[in-house]
Amino acid sequence: MKKVLTGNFAAAYGATAAKVDVVSAYPITPQTTIVEILSEIVADGLLDADFIKVESEHSAMAACIGAQAVGARTFTATSAQGLALMHEMLHWAARGRLPIVMANVNRAMAPGWSIWADVTDSVAQRDTGWMQVYCENNQEVFDTILMSYKVGEYEDVLLPTLVNLDAFFLSHTSQVVDLYDEKTIDAFLPEYNPKIKLDVKDPRSFGALTSPEHYYEFSYKMQIAQENARSRIKEVSAEFEKRFGRKYDLIEAYRCEDAETVLVDYGTIAGTAKDAVDRMRDRGERVGALKIRYLRPFPVKEVCRILNSARQVGVIDRAISFGHEGPFFTEVKAAMYGSQIPIWGFLAGLGGRDVSIADIESVVTHMKQNEPSNIIWIGVKK
Amino acid sequence: MVKKKNSEVIVIEKADDMPPMPASMGSMRHNKTASWRSIRPIILEEKCKRCMICWKFCPEPAIFPTDPPAIDYEYCKGCGICIEECPFDAIVSEKEGK
Repeated sequence: MKKVLTGNFAAAYGATAAKVDVVSAYPITPQTTIVEILSEIVADGLLDADFIKVESEHSAMAACIGAQAVGARTFTATSAQGLALMHEMLHWAARGRLPIVMANVNRAMAPGWSIWADVTDSVAQRDTGWMQVYCENNQEVFDTILMSYKVGEYEDVLLPTLVNLDAFFLSHTSQVVDLYDEKTIDAFLPEYNPKIKLDVKDPRSFGALTSPEHYYEFSYKMQIAQENARSRIKEVSAEFEKRFGRKYDLIEAYRCEDAETVLVDYGTIAGTAKDAVDRMRDRGERVGALKIRYLRPFPVKEVCRILNSARQVGVIDRAISFGHEGPFFTEVKAAMYGSQIPIWGFLAGLGGRDVSIADIESVVTHMKQNEPSNIIWIGVKK
Repeated sequence: MVKKKNSEVIVIEKADDMPPMPASMGSMRHNKTASWRSIRPIILEEKCKRCMICWKFCPEPAIFPTDPPAIDYEYCKGCGICIEECPFDAIVSEKEGK
């Protein structure tokens, strides 16, 4: 079944299709309509789930952790300052190896108070151990939520996933979303049944004091899980394509095969970049675009495989790590370490500033005319 | 990995044998939190009405619901909540190390 949905509806319907058992959320700003829609779905009896209203995002994540620990499939959503308030609990969820899925509407951090797109909020949670996906369109939001439960719930992964969607460009923009049929989804996503869980019949202590004798190994196991996730993501994406006909991967290369210039992007900028690439290709310029879907686990090999055949690379970031450069630029540069391919770091669209096709074309023009540098502000009013 | 002298402690030689998350590591068996205690609660058997309010309120939990209730002095941290909550003043405190 196809419907015209905003990104927020797509996220709520994704959680509904995944038949989550518990939704816990803080209902006030910076919350979005994602959980408002879910509360209606639960109240209407269309989803057999407990909806827990809590007093803060910190508590929202804490409730998800508790519910997921007993073996329930949980979902929550947040945005910007709300995600920041969850920070401590994000570590508890990941190190507790609880495959919670959360939708995050990427909004700029205050002050100045903002409800517009910027990925600083999620990038700031990079080292919590969560997998992180950046979506380009509303269909991808719906599909990614389904795939994230499947990937995260594998015994050799057991990690939570943050599904990111750009504020307004996705959250409040309507697009056609295929919701598929229930039977196909159920066949794709089996029930969640973890081996180790909170159970009065099999009592265990969770998250108790862990001495240096064991903590180091738990960290080692987390890293192995993230590495396992790379192949599980590929596997699950392949199965998804077979069942639903849509292709996903850790990355998406668009017209990169013979490209001299490759633009690296993520989120909604990726969609605009594809249009810009088409226009430049029409003029005979050999340009391609590489969309990074996963910030964690970071697809090092996949990124290098595409970029190693390029002559020059430009990374477009919708966030800045103050005192350094764009966060994805740092990641791409580190992945490319040892390569002689010149690489430029661009900033664009911070705080929801529109990034147009012309802006993306100007990135390629800049690369033709200037030496590589780490911070080039596209369209800043200097 | 170094083996612990205490035979009750779960000894894990390699990461593969560990659960994915710190669950049931047995660490509390050797981490006897009673050493934190500065005051020792004492239940006065003759005043105790066996209402079990102390057992319900103990956050540790270090009170067993026996007749009369018994305090687990290996884990009681001496927070004094049981003393505060007992409606019959049947739990008194004594300074530790007296």
